[in-house]
Amino acid sequence: MSTDDKQEKAAAPIATDDWQGAVSDWGSDKQVFNMPWGKLMMWLFLLSDTFVFSVFLIGYMNVRMSSMDSWPLTSEVFALTIAGHHIPLVLIAIMTFILITSSGTMAMAVNFAYRGDRRKTVLFMTATALLGASFVGMQAFEWTKLIVEEGVRPWGNPMGSAQFGATFFMITGFHGLHVTAGVIFLLVIARRVARGHYEGKGYHIVEITGLYWHFVDLVWVFIFALFYLW
Amino acid sequence: MSQITNKDVVPGEVEQTQPKLHPISLYLKIWALLFVLSTMSYMVDYFEVQGLLRWTLILLFMSLKAGLIITIFMHVRWERLALKLVLFLPPLAIVVFISLMAIEGDYTFVNRLFSFISV
Repeated sequence: MSTDDKQEKAAAPIATDDWQGAVSDWGSDKQVFNMPWGKLMMWLFLLSDTFVFSVFLIGYMNVRMSSMDSWPLTSEVFALTIAGHHIPLVLIAIMTFILITSSGTMAMAVNFAYRGDRRKTVLFMTATALLGASFVGMQAFEWTKLIVEEGVRPWGNPMGSAQFGATFFMITGFHGLHVTAGVIFLLVIARRVARGHYEGKGYHIVEITGLYWHFVDLVWVFIFALFYLW
Repeated sequence: MSQITNKDVVPGEVEQTQPKLHPISLYLKIWALLFVLSTMSYMVDYFEVQGLLRWTLILLFMSLKAGLIITIFMHVRWERLALKLVLFLPPLAIVVFISLMAIEGDYTFVNRLFSFISV
């Protein structure tokens, strides 16, 4: 193809976003996805991570379905007594609200980044990281309570089916690692934004970081529903 | 499906590689909605709803929350179909896997019943 043809392609209006548009995106002599490569790579990573978490949750479903013992009552296992009131599953509910709030602040950080408001971007990214860190802290508290007070182990527990501990530590542990990695990722990028590292390069990096963070929240939605509430 | 894609785009933001700027209020609304949905799913447990209704409500609130996060927070609503296909076609294999493992789990359970519980 000659250079003239290429320029003609580049100048051509973007195809409509229907099935024909998708065919033209894949079929034309150009890059398929009109986005920065980092964003596409993040999407592909998240797609692969979807499979990893799905396999964990499917494994959990399989052992829970085939278990002969009764499954421990999660709303009782994760209940807390606050000021004399016995509230079921309260810690997990607080953790859920914290993670959703952090997703909200992240979405706003992305928005401010594209508006070019560096100060607010750094502020909201730091807030997101702090909320994420408090989530991990609460998870550490939850694990300690379960291991020390309730005697839950990966190979057994006093409340019922032995598979409970194995799936609990595997699934929440892997999610907790994702949150921890996300907090570090957020702080590193926030620091670089604060130093003006992305001036002139564009702020797609904040959206890419945001995609990762929202995914961590997304996974928690499934864990909360399928592990804690089911 | 295809008509909704560029409805909310701010005029002038036509280039695909350029991000579309939505008002902050959109994110605050979605945030509030996610809070309400989370509270409702917590209420399912708090009021000890049991049986089929419990499972239906849990899955309903879960899907709504996941949908809001993916479409609005992760901006998938404003992405092109080419990317949506990449994101949503492969996970169909997961649906097949879930069905297979559900059948397998049920089979294991029934066999354990027959083997370990003497009549």
